[in-house]
Amino acid sequence: MLKKVNEKQNIKLSAAEIPHVRIADANFPAPFRSGLEYSSPARGTWNIVHTGMLIPEAHEIFVCAAGCLRGVVLTAAEMDAMDRFSTVAIRENNLLDGDMEDLVIEGVTDILNKLPKRPPAVLVYTSCVHHFTGVDLDMIYATLRSRFPDIDFTDCYMNPIMRKSGLTPDQLMRSRLYMLLHEREKKPEAVAIIGNDLPTDEDSDLMKLLKGAGLKVHEITSCRTYDEYQQMAESSVYISYNPDAAPGGDMLAERLGGKHYALKFSFDYDEIDETFAGLAEVLGLEPRSEEEIAALRADCERELAETKALIGDTPVSIDYTFCPRPLGLAKLLLDHGINVIRVYADGIPGGDRAAFDSLQKEHPDLMIYPTVHPGMRFARTANVDAQGEDKVLAIGQKAAAFEETRRFVNVVEGGGMTGYEAVTRTCRLIREAFREEKEMRELVQIKGLGCEVCLR
Amino acid sequence: MKQTARIISTYSADVMGVCSALFELGGMTVMHDASGCNSTYTTHDEPRWYDMDSMVYISGISEMEAIMGDDEKLISDIADAAEVLKPAFIAIAGTPIPTMTGFDFEAVAAVIEQRTGTPSFGFPTTGMNTYIHGASMALAGMAERFVDEPDGGHGRAEGDRLRVNILGLTPLDFSTNGQDASIEQWLESEGFEVVSKWAMGSSLEELRRAAEADINLVVSAAGYGAARVLYERFGTPYAVGFPAGNELPGLLADQMKLKLREFEEAGGAGAPEAAGLEEISVDSGVFLDGSAGKGGSTYEEGFVAVIGEGITSLSLASTIELECDIPAKVLCATECPDGILRSCDRMTPDEDDIIPELEGAAYVIADPLYKPIVPESAEFIALPHEAFSGRIYRDEIPDLVSDINELLIKIK
Repeated sequence: MLKKVNEKQNIKLSAAEIPHVRIADANFPAPFRSGLEYSSPARGTWNIVHTGMLIPEAHEIFVCAAGCLRGVVLTAAEMDAMDRFSTVAIRENNLLDGDMEDLVIEGVTDILNKLPKRPPAVLVYTSCVHHFTGVDLDMIYATLRSRFPDIDFTDCYMNPIMRKSGLTPDQLMRSRLYMLLHEREKKPEAVAIIGNDLPTDEDSDLMKLLKGAGLKVHEITSCRTYDEYQQMAESSVYISYNPDAAPGGDMLAERLGGKHYALKFSFDYDEIDETFAGLAEVLGLEPRSEEEIAALRADCERELAETKALIGDTPVSIDYTFCPRPLGLAKLLLDHGINVIRVYADGIPGGDRAAFDSLQKEHPDLMIYPTVHPGMRFARTANVDAQGEDKVLAIGQKAAAFEETRRFVNVVEGGGMTGYEAVTRTCRLIREAFREEKEMRELVQIKGLGCEVCLR
Repeated sequence: MKQTARIISTYSADVMGVCSALFELGGMTVMHDASGCNSTYTTHDEPRWYDMDSMVYISGISEMEAIMGDDEKLISDIADAAEVLKPAFIAIAGTPIPTMTGFDFEAVAAVIEQRTGTPSFGFPTTGMNTYIHGASMALAGMAERFVDEPDGGHGRAEGDRLRVNILGLTPLDFSTNGQDASIEQWLESEGFEVVSKWAMGSSLEELRRAAEADINLVVSAAGYGAARVLYERFGTPYAVGFPAGNELPGLLADQMKLKLREFEEAGGAGAPEAAGLEEISVDSGVFLDGSAGKGGSTYEEGFVAVIGEGITSLSLASTIELECDIPAKVLCATECPDGILRSCDRMTPDEDDIIPELEGAAYVIADPLYKPIVPESAEFIALPHEAFSGRIYRDEIPDLVSDINELLIKIK
């Protein structure tokens, strides 16, 4: 329970006053007006430092104001990766003097000259102020490449001010991850899974399909050296299943050749079949037979029934950090009798449109809650007052924090699941969460869940 | 090159300093920023975030709002939230983008105050200074606006305990390990009565009574701005020092009592004879005359380097000189008011400023994230500092007020 900073003020919102909307009354894709933003203590999603560190042996250099550097520096420190991370601080005089280009070039040069070992690749992150001052990034990178011809440089961005225009910082970061790949001869038997932070499950539908066909599968999460990373460029097909990775996949295919296929992350059986059939076609493989599909669906139904039997009418909440399709998951669970009461999402992802439309009609009383609305500061207290601690089973870290529950599924960004396996694994995770409480407070505050995959 | 950090961390920034200083006072603090400041502050700089319901938000400014100068969006967003949440005050703190667009903090705060009827502040932080700058600005703002005239003046009767405010307490320098309470207990044991603590463990109502104090104690540079305001407004003198050590705290308490009497006998604030007496500092200066310490140690060779915030580091260096007989110099990496540090101490905001100053050091006391730049010839003594390494070593931050011997024994 939150402690009050000032008893005399007695600010307290009841559960009814916490901002929310019935899905039947919600607008698509923005159910809530944008305004001041609150920050949940749940921190398991990855940021641009974690994602950049996926490139083995690469060094990250951030050029920003101290206030902006603080979070990324400590992300690197918490990863125990300070030896792969450096900074150049922008000061007020740099804004006034117009010497931003010099600051980046000389700062990066200075750092590279001081490193005990020359890295094969450097990710230079510029920030909002570079964008606003019209810094000549082309000149900066051309100069750096001429000074350090043995290093691959790529442009990365920490410019959250652009999150509402064009590609989001997350989409940009996922595209930058593959800009360092050099063109090489394509191999028809090689494919690459791109744009995901966490390793794809070996038991996932995607891995089973690719490995079952004898294909060589590259994935940045399993690259241990920069040379291994470069081998990804031999792939004939690039497969993304994180929707934010799709723009980067298109850029990669355009630059290096080969095809990009954006596999849909879905909890809808028909859509799963459709998207995997599309992938099979791109790979020149036979689609799943009707018998295979029937067996996979039966597995899912069995898992869902077992889950319902175990948790009964336990209220369930879901948040958007769990997977790219929180409403798709809500629909699947509700359709199978599981008592989903809340979905925490500030916006509705485009891929969730069909689920949104269906839920409006079939389950109109499902409540949508924001995560950043200022009133959410008091949601934990209100929820505990209304239902008590540990009463709700949460799927996702933010939901767990808002519900103040130790019964939660601790997964972010889909956790490497794809296809029908996403359904069966989610069911198993729900049952596990129901049976075994976790140290929620400690677990959700860890940044970048699973980011130790970057440390090698 | 200055402004680069090959491997060390960076200090919490001014905007976070504002948030930290105001956290417990029942207001609403808005960082005028696109996104990142919010999670950075709440994750790394605010140990109270999970447990206390303070209202700290970001504005979420977008590219178009910045380009079009759409201040109305911010004003109406704040007014809407304030209508529901009823904060005691509203504070806006700046970041690089509003700095670049020439955002008028004072004017926007005035509009918000007019629209909401809630006292409002605009703190023109830039995100390019350290937390000290922001926290000092915020606490000074509170002292300007909220401290009431004392009922019946200072009026202290013979035998009454001296009343004191503690200025500059934030978790960024003192964590949440009880050091704030230890300082209060030490003052009480020395015969003082604590009126308010700026700003951990006191409410806004308690801060309002700060003018009742006879003297202020500035324990970090974050409290210096408020000390100056309280002196200008109420004539309250202030002592500068952090009571860490076995000998220094007693000296500090004695100086506070003695110098306060001298200040009052000289006529107090405004009296020509009292000019310059309002600031009371205690530093050892044992070796400033060029004398050598144990083993022939000097400020050039065999010394102790203390890296960190100015006032806490200076007090620690003074304690080391007093108790370990070794010259100890401060490498101050954050803003520090003029006249606080000694001639042997250095302002070292960047990695490149610090490295040459460590040559010849026998011991280096600093946050663990400084260790990679400490020469192997020096013994590194870890003293985690929340403003530098955030939450990483939080559990290892010692309460230097209640027990400093565990640290000193590594030098003795």
